Amino acid sequence: MSPVLAGVLQLLALIAALALAYRPLGDYMARVYSSKKHLRAEKWIYKAIGADPDSEMRWTAYLRGLLAFSAAGVLFLYLLQRLQGALPGSLGFKSIDPDQAFNTAASFVANTNWQSYSGEQAMGHVVQTAGLAVQNFVSAAVGIAVAVALVRGFAPSRTGELGNFWADLVRGVVRVLLPISVLGALVLVACGVLQNFSGIHEVGQFLGGTQQWNGGAIATQEVIKLLGTNGGGYFNANSAHPFENPTPFSNLFEIFLILVIPFALTRTFGRMVGSIRQGYAILATMATIWLGFTALMMWTEFHHGGPAFDLAGGAMEGKETRFGIGGSSIFAVATTLTSTGAVNSFHSSYTGFGGGIQMLGMQLGEIAPGGVGSGLYGMLVMAIIAVFIAGLMVGRTPEYLGKKIGTREIKLAACYILVTPALVLGFTAVSMALSTPKDSMLNSGAHGFSEILYAYTSGANNNGSAFGGLSADTDWFNTTIGLAMLLGRFLPMVFVLALAGSLAEQTPVPKTAGTLRTEKPLFTGLLAGTIMIITGLTYFPALALGPLAEGLAS
Amino acid sequence: MSTHTKRQEMDRPDADRPGAGRTATATRAPHQDLPGGHRQGDEGKVGAGLFDPAQLLKSLPDAFRKLDPRVMVKSPVMFVVLIGSVVTTVLAVKDPGDWFGWAITVWLWLTTLFANLAEAVAEGRGKAQADTLRKAKTDTVARRLTGGAEENVPGTELRVGDLVVCEAGDIIPGDGDVVEGVASVDESAITGESAPVIRESGGDRSAVTGGTKVLSDRIVIKITTKPGETFIDRMINLVEGAARQKTPNEIALNILLASLTLVFLLAVVTLKPFAIYAGADDQTSLIVLAALLVCLIPTTIGALLSAIGIAGMDRLVQRNVLAMSGRAVEAAGDVSTLLLDKTGTITLGNRQAAEFVPVRGTTEAEVADAAQLSSLADETPEGRSIVVLAKERYGLRERHQGELTGAEWVEFTAQTRMSGVDVDGRKVRKGATGSVIAWVEERGGEVAKDARELTDAISQAGGTPLLVALEDADGARVLGVIHLKDVVKEGMRERFDELRRMGIKTVMITGDNPLTAKAIADEAGVDDFLAEATPEDKMALIKREQAGGKLVAMTGDGTNDAPALAQADVGVAMNTGTSAAKEAGNMVDLDSNPTKLIEIVEIGKQLLITRGALTTFSIANDVAKYFAIIPAMFAVAYPSLDKLNIMALSSPESAILSAVIFNALIIVALVPLALKGVRYRPMSADRMLRRNLGVYGLGGLVAPFIGIKVIDVLLSLIPGIG
Repeated sequence: MSPVLAGVLQLLALIAALALAYRPLGDYMARVYSSKKHLRAEKWIYKAIGADPDSEMRWTAYLRGLLAFSAAGVLFLYLLQRLQGALPGSLGFKSIDPDQAFNTAASFVANTNWQSYSGEQAMGHVVQTAGLAVQNFVSAAVGIAVAVALVRGFAPSRTGELGNFWADLVRGVVRVLLPISVLGALVLVACGVLQNFSGIHEVGQFLGGTQQWNGGAIATQEVIKLLGTNGGGYFNANSAHPFENPTPFSNLFEIFLILVIPFALTRTFGRMVGSIRQGYAILATMATIWLGFTALMMWTEFHHGGPAFDLAGGAMEGKETRFGIGGSSIFAVATTLTSTGAVNSFHSSYTGFGGGIQMLGMQLGEIAPGGVGSGLYGMLVMAIIAVFIAGLMVGRTPEYLGKKIGTREIKLAACYILVTPALVLGFTAVSMALSTPKDSMLNSGAHGFSEILYAYTSGANNNGSAFGGLSADTDWFNTTIGLAMLLGRFLPMVFVLALAGSLAEQTPVPKTAGTLRTEKPLFTGLLAGTIMIITGLTYFPALALGPLAEGLAS
Repeated sequence: MSTHTKRQEMDRPDADRPGAGRTATATRAPHQDLPGGHRQGDEGKVGAGLFDPAQLLKSLPDAFRKLDPRVMVKSPVMFVVLIGSVVTTVLAVKDPGDWFGWAITVWLWLTTLFANLAEAVAEGRGKAQADTLRKAKTDTVARRLTGGAEENVPGTELRVGDLVVCEAGDIIPGDGDVVEGVASVDESAITGESAPVIRESGGDRSAVTGGTKVLSDRIVIKITTKPGETFIDRMINLVEGAARQKTPNEIALNILLASLTLVFLLAVVTLKPFAIYAGADDQTSLIVLAALLVCLIPTTIGALLSAIGIAGMDRLVQRNVLAMSGRAVEAAGDVSTLLLDKTGTITLGNRQAAEFVPVRGTTEAEVADAAQLSSLADETPEGRSIVVLAKERYGLRERHQGELTGAEWVEFTAQTRMSGVDVDGRKVRKGATGSVIAWVEERGGEVAKDARELTDAISQAGGTPLLVALEDADGARVLGVIHLKDVVKEGMRERFDELRRMGIKTVMITGDNPLTAKAIADEAGVDDFLAEATPEDKMALIKREQAGGKLVAMTGDGTNDAPALAQADVGVAMNTGTSAAKEAGNMVDLDSNPTKLIEIVEIGKQLLITRGALTTFSIANDVAKYFAIIPAMFAVAYPSLDKLNIMALSSPESAILSAVIFNALIIVALVPLALKGVRYRPMSADRMLRRNLGVYGLGGLVAPFIGIKVIDVLLSLIPGIG
């Protein structure tokens, strides 16, 4: 079988699996977030944290809860790392330096999982399992909670209420992420992913010398790393490491885990706003962009010219032979179009265009299908912008799902789309203008520029994947990327919740023949076009000087 | 003839919309005091708007005046262009030998100027109108009544509640209501209609407007508005744009444009350190970056946005509708329920004879003959319609009263409710059922049993029955029944179908009983009706619709309509109506034509569509500009980027200059579209979106590729550039 055919078949298998999971998972999540009942375990948690899960919150209260919870998370994770040296079960690793501890704390709470450390050489069992893995669950649940709150804003009520943050958070963990993680971890272990608490082993190397290997609760962390679109690997090599991702099948399963919740949330959205077809329209937009990017990636990686490439059947540098170009390309697109950032190959080694596709995927705001929750709310904000422009073209004050898009809504949506470009381009520009940050680049020319552009793109968009080729463990990068991650995560959430609050206060406008039909293919096309033009054009000059210059040269 | 009339005639060549004037020409409004249908013929279409290139020249001084930064800052997009122009000017002055710097500078200034020009042209059209109005507002002397005595005071000193006297030849000194007397008034100063109208105390025709002229008789007027706030003052402010405030939707769009400007500002500012690193420092001078920025930010829509708004109001003024706020015009586009008065809007306003039905033993022709004979002395519209029907349907020549010698005519009066004639020993009568039955029974005649059945059937079908009776040698008897019907205006059904496709529900309001109302509603094809409607019912209906999130539009003229007019999202008061109604509504129709509501909705939609279309066009344009400017800036540093020069532009300078020139010229090219508005036809939202996306989205993507290439080819002909 040719590698191209293998890649296409893997893609088809993936699509089939996602399609199978779409309806049951989407409907299940809709029930979870609409249900009035609490599980016993949940009641214990509410009692422990002193929350009343039945009280309805307005957007300000919802936001307060979210920010307080996340701030506590950052602080806890920071202290845990700083005290690692004194904690038991740390495999003898030292405490983490302040700048790196801040960066890592920000990174995991912001669902980014940018790692400026090497997992197996810095973090012990306690930090990995009690700190990082816990944040993998809760930061993902926070993302879904915000998306659900925004969806409730579209509901045909006029209460201004968005649900209860604590209930959404706890349900996300207990009823959605945990059960799937248990099942997923079993599958991964069956595939050969490690799951133990063993110490460090000195292993003899093939060409002489020794190498340190350590085990750990890898499978359980691996599953939530992908399912929660977190991406922080147990090992530095992330999903390229055979202990994390041993076989082509585990690879495909990991991609499935990355995409399953973000896609299914469109079904949840459709259910909760009372129109499955509205959910399909959003799904279609996400799927179109995702498939387009995957096709382009496979094309550029397979068709890369030159004698060495021809021999290898494409651009194999930096890719694992057990995944091949197909399995690597599908993974790379899935991880950059969601906020995952797990990698199974070296992104820096992709072709010029390949690197560009990865960066553009993140720069679109990670909305196709995007991070758990964040993908849906990001896409809905873009839908509001698209509806505004298109709505004018049908001669009515624009409305989406019966809610009018007025001054306040546009103001908030505009703020939302301003945040990440400001962070990405701003920090990249300052880094390029200063002299020291450039010392971290391991390449010169366009590729060197791509390394820094990628780092901030990944941080501000909460992706967390690294291009590689950048020594990011410096005071400058730890601090600025840490800030980019926090601001890139929580500022948009502020705007989204404010938007949800504003929508929730509106009486819906009844649908007539004069209403823009947002469940039609025409709208899907328009939405995709708006995303590509408005977000894509922002980064065009920067991309031209990095991946485009590189890609067009070959 | 006033300027209004002239303007209308000038607009006439634009009347290209099929079915133009379908609504407006069909009939006159019920208010017969406003004759002069000559202005009506070419209306009823949306999209009219005169654009004369000479206006550009005339508005040039205004365009320069608007360069004032305090004015420019109101449009964030154009303000950025202004700053860019100033920066490049400074740079060009510092390096006077750099032709490229000067060229960019000149074109950036032109971009700014073109934007101002667009606004100035839009405003200029209103100014001409305001000047005419001002002439009408000459200083008047009021004859104020104080304690029965008259005193002369300047019109500006009148207070609300003052009583003033006006006689033939006087200019009415202020807005008010006639409290005594009847007069004919020349209102051409505001309506453009030269024929006088009747104003009388009491009822719905009591309002008079300051600045209009009394032609006959004497009236006493109670002043209802303060000087300076009169209708004519407000009109001047409105058409001049002085009172223009940004509408909610315009503000929202401005925010979106401002944020796009910020995004692109970010993209351009951060480009400098990237370029220095890439080794393209020289190719990304401040001048080039300013040019790139101006090309990327949505200047096309930014430049035309306020012109679109002003032109929208102006299109209403051309149709003799005054919108008291831009908000109302926007709301008109959103309306989902139209309340339409039956009389005058849906029906012709008069009942007309539709058929003659004989009772058993009589023929139709006999009834027709008797009906015609008995109606010759009936000058009411109903009476005339009987004569006309007899002539058209039964070929009965109209006889004149003088032809029949010895005939004794019985004229129709409101008391007898009958008319007829006594001739050759025959007495013919026609009239209201009760009256005719009484007449027959008085004469010992018998009323045929089926006569009652026939009248009942007609009543139930929503018509009005009249009886025809004859007394001759055979005694008195009923011959038959005349069926009077409310006649629905031609083309109304199609019009309502169109509205339904646009998603607008029509509700007919009538004082008729439910049976009659239903019959007419079915015939006209309205979606719903409100029968035996009282002002309270109307109000309740509006509130009910609004509670469901719908926007409601209605027309009204009476004082008792005022609360409903105020409650409706779009309340169009008839100019013939009372001052209370005019105060309460947010629009006034100077023609007092209720059908115009439909046009107002279309104009509101057209306003929004024009904004959306030009925004889409403006954003889509960016793609081509990138392909022109990015390779021009970076092909030296990274030769591979020359592959992006897909337009094969001749040189980097020419590429950048071509993009800037295209960006400036497209504004001028689109001024006519901004002023006229995008062509609008009622269709479903889906079809409309597909069409506009195709024209303005795809068009916006493709047009600049062609435009920039053409400009580049022309530029390369200039020695020293290509």
